[in-house]
Amino acid sequence: MAEVLERVTKIIVDRLGVDESQVKLEASFKDDLGADSLDVVELVMELEDEFDMEISDDDAEKIGTVGDAVNYINSKQ
Amino acid sequence: MTLEGKVALVTGASRGIGREIALELARHGANVAVNYAGSEGKANEVVDEIKAMGKEAFAIKCDVSNSEEVAEMVKETVDRFGKLDILVNNAGITKDNLLMRMKEEEWDDVININLKGVFLCTKAVTRQMMKQRVGRIINITSVVGVSGNPGQANYVAAKSGVIGLTKTTAKELASRNITVNAIAPGFIKTDMTDKLSEDVKGEMLKQIPLARLGEPKDIAKMTAFLASDDASYITGQTLHINGGMVM
Repeated sequence: MAEVLERVTKIIVDRLGVDESQVKLEASFKDDLGADSLDVVELVMELEDEFDMEISDDDAEKIGTVGDAVNYINSKQ
Repeated sequence: MTLEGKVALVTGASRGIGREIALELARHGANVAVNYAGSEGKANEVVDEIKAMGKEAFAIKCDVSNSEEVAEMVKETVDRFGKLDILVNNAGITKDNLLMRMKEEEWDDVININLKGVFLCTKAVTRQMMKQRVGRIINITSVVGVSGNPGQANYVAAKSGVIGLTKTTAKELASRNITVNAIAPGFIKTDMTDKLSEDVKGEMLKQIPLARLGEPKDIAKMTAFLASDDASYITGQTLHINGGMVM
C-alpha cells in the first residue's frame, strides 16, 4: 500500500508539477491538483505503464482522486 | 525541410495517393509503416522502393475499421521503430450510388472505412504522440466533402465528417504539441478516378480552372510539408489541392 502510494505520488508530482505535500488521498486531480481532462487521461496512461496493467476506459472514468487511483491499483494487484 | 529520423504510418499506402505519400515521406528521410487492406503485393513494392532509398519500411495488413487490428498495427509500428511521429489517414473506398438507390450496406461500408477508420487510427496513435509531446496527424479528405457530389452521399458524408473530426482533434491535442490537419484533394489521377467514365471526366475538367487532373505527388508534397517541423504553427486546417475547382 505504502509503496503504491509512493509511486503514484511521484508520477503525479512529475506530471502535474505540484508539491508532494498536496498529494493527499482525498485530493481530486481536477479540483485540487489543477489537472485538466487530458492530464487525467495522461496520468492514467502513466499509471498503466508504471504498474504494467490495463485500465479500461470505464474504470478510468471512475478515478477522480489520488485515493481512487491507489485503491484501484491495489485491487488489481 | 527534412523528416530525417521521423517515423510515419500511412494507411491505404499500397496504391494511389497513399502510395505516393509513403514514398514522399521516405524521400524526406522518414521511416514508414505501409498499411494495406488487400493489395499485399503492391504494398511490398512500396516497401522495396523505400528500402532502396536507404530508409526502413514494412508492410502491415489492417482493416482500419477494426479497432483491434488498428491497435495491433500501431503497436507493431512503435515496437519496430521505437516511436511514431506522423499518422496519415489516407485509407478510403467508394461505393457510389444515388441516394434513392443507396443500400444501407453501401452507406455503412464507406462510413466505417473512411470516417470511423480515421477516428480509430487517431485514437490509437494519440497515446504515443502525447507521451512524445509531439505529433503530426494528417487526414486525407476530399473536395466533395466541402462541395457535395451527386451519387456520393456516403463518401461525402464521411469526408465532411473527417473535416469536423480534424478540427476537434486539433483543439483537443494542441496542448500536447500535436497538430492535426486535413488535405482535400480535387480530382487526382488514381485507380479511384480511373473508374470514372470519359463523360464524367470531361465534365469534371470543365469545372477545374487549371484544366487538368492532379497527380498523387501534388498531395504527397503537401503532406510532407505538413508533417515537417516547418508546419508547426498550422493546425485544424483543411488544405485544398484541386486546381482551383473549389475556392
